Amino acid sequence: MSSQVDRAGIKLGMWLFLYSEIILFGGLFVLYAAYLHRYPEFFAEGGKELNRVIGAVNTIVLLISSFTVAASITAIQRNAKKQAVGLLLFSLFCGVVFLVNKYFEWGAKIHHDIYPNSETLVAGEPGVNIFFGLYYVITGLHGLHVIIGMALLSVSLIFVLNGKVTASRFSMLDNSGLYWHLVDLIWIFVFPLFYLVL
Amino acid sequence: MTATQSFYHNSSPPGRTGIMSWLLTHDHKRLGIMYFGAVCFWFVLAMFLGLLLRTELMTQGRTIMGAEAYNATFTLHGVIMIFLFVIPGIPAIFGNFFLPIQLGTDDVFFPRLNLFSWYLFMFGGLFAIISLFVGDGFPDTGWTFYVPFSVQNSANVGLTVTAAFILGMSSMLTGLNFVTTFHRMRDKSMGLMQIPLFTWSLYATAWVQILATPVISITFILILLERFFSIGLFDPDKGGDPLLYQHLFWMYSHPAVYVMILPGMGVISEIIPVFSRKSIFGYKAIVWSSMAIAIAGSLVWAHHMFTSGMSDVSVFVFSLLTYLVAIPSAVKVFSWVSTLYKGSIEMTPPLLLSLIFIYLFSIGGLTGLVLGAAGTNIHVHDTQFVVAHFHFVMFGGTGFAFFAAMHFWWPKMFGVMYRFKPAYIGAVLTGVGFVFHYVPMLILGMQGMPRRYYDYLPQYETGNFLAGFGGYLLIIGMVTMFVNLLLSFKQRIPAPVDPWGGTTLEWTVPSPPPVHNFMNKPHVEDYPYDFTKVTERFQKTGK
Repeated sequence: MSSQVDRAGIKLGMWLFLYSEIILFGGLFVLYAAYLHRYPEFFAEGGKELNRVIGAVNTIVLLISSFTVAASITAIQRNAKKQAVGLLLFSLFCGVVFLVNKYFEWGAKIHHDIYPNSETLVAGEPGVNIFFGLYYVITGLHGLHVIIGMALLSVSLIFVLNGKVTASRFSMLDNSGLYWHLVDLIWIFVFPLFYLVL
Repeated sequence: MTATQSFYHNSSPPGRTGIMSWLLTHDHKRLGIMYFGAVCFWFVLAMFLGLLLRTELMTQGRTIMGAEAYNATFTLHGVIMIFLFVIPGIPAIFGNFFLPIQLGTDDVFFPRLNLFSWYLFMFGGLFAIISLFVGDGFPDTGWTFYVPFSVQNSANVGLTVTAAFILGMSSMLTGLNFVTTFHRMRDKSMGLMQIPLFTWSLYATAWVQILATPVISITFILILLERFFSIGLFDPDKGGDPLLYQHLFWMYSHPAVYVMILPGMGVISEIIPVFSRKSIFGYKAIVWSSMAIAIAGSLVWAHHMFTSGMSDVSVFVFSLLTYLVAIPSAVKVFSWVSTLYKGSIEMTPPLLLSLIFIYLFSIGGLTGLVLGAAGTNIHVHDTQFVVAHFHFVMFGGTGFAFFAAMHFWWPKMFGVMYRFKPAYIGAVLTGVGFVFHYVPMLILGMQGMPRRYYDYLPQYETGNFLAGFGGYLLIIGMVTMFVNLLLSFKQRIPAPVDPWGGTTLEWTVPSPPPVHNFMNKPHVEDYPYDFTKVTERFQKTGK
């Protein structure tokens, strides 16, 4: 093993992994495209029932957290450890805010008897059922990725605190940051597809 | 070579001994050997399951098992062979062992991730075993897990699908590792057109693994979600469309057959020039055809669905694209044959197996065109013809390439030579048994016998009996081959550095290689298949 760390190589591996994540969601977007083509009016109807304000707030929260993660990487490169820790904590807080919002959103829907295999959906229009089916699958999988991203950021935070991530060795934080941007990026597509459709 | 110690003596990272030096190893060679053990276990198991199936079909009616057991058995045979043998087989064993050596480096880029992939592979296998014995037993859906059956089925579909999901992860991470190694760890003096063809084929494979595997992952996740939550994404009653499942499934599973065959083609591209003592014909054409297969192969999935209900335009487009894949495949076959032409051929077991590969793979490819053409496809769709075609490519192709790779690299991996005569006998028996086994299935299919059927009409009995007979011959041949290789450990005839007269880097290091592969900086030749030095050496020393 070469003693020098090949940062570009580590990043290449991470990019390939992120690529596979995009394809993972890509499969769901294919389903979305096919069903949107089949049920455009019901998708519009379903989209109107979603809370655009919470969706928009979540978009902004994720965008800001993406910025703070990027800033924390710059901070660690400049050896500003305290700044990096602060920025990471803030990013994690944004992640929590996102999940709490999501919880209330899902909770409200479930309260109105809109969830997979619920009576309202089964008895209602098939197009609406598909819309909400996809909504739960895609936002659920995205939520899972938010949680994974937060776990990665937390590990990076611990590494920053105990000095394993430093100005000369920050691949862990760098890659966690990339993952977090991916989570953000996917949301950027999910938000208009569900909340702003037609 | 007594001064150097092989990787069997030194662990990586250093200082680990006993079983831990294997279970926590970072050494790509040890991982290759560990995959070898696991993959062979699955292969032998699934091989005997296949034999049980054909024994059942040898006579009409119930022979050795009931109809439901038959359905579960062919599913198990398919799932094991696909996810635990053909997909990981060559890349995980020989790729892990030889890709870094052929690139002139000491390990893969992410050694710990490599170990992790191995554990994922083992866990996936463990899940598959568990799903056999708990609940309502193994699924009987076939390895394609088509909805709605897979969603409504009471058997252990969930657990099996999870196993396949984990195995997919393992395969994808291996691909990720190979691509990174290829770009970042290659010897600095090795240009792109100096890379051995086996490594090139693994590179193309790795891209397909990264590109396609996530699609099957999400498909399997959807099956699980449908089973638990009944969302109805594939249920027409709830607005879903079962055809979309088939699209998603084949979007991965068709490219996956190139994950299975490309490394095999790479193996053959290594073996043919070595025993022809002649530079490979069309090196660049083979490199480009590998990449072309990887790309074109990702665009043909719907040819599995010609009878499922598609517009005529789609059928036409997918049929045309399917024909396009035949071009790069044929480029390879012609290149191998042209390499043999006017070569100074030395017959050895790996070469014999490679020749059988070319023969069987060509039949597999040509029958593939029968299936790819929309008109004839309607006639033979879902018949034994498809089964025979698939096995000609996957078993006659990848399987024989696997055997060839085993015989070619055995001396390098284990440092011992095996006896040639039993190897020849085994290879011939396997080849003859293969033809006896699958040609009747081609004919049965054309006559209309469907696949996955437990019983049949009287007119199909002769064909099925012959196929079963061929199956036994096939197994005897393979057992001969494996036993002969295993006996080499007992005979302990040490293998020289370069027993065959190879030119790629693995033949410049001791057999078996030391833990860091190279003792001196590897010398990369201008062209990987230049046999001038090898023939000079043969003329001087006579061997």
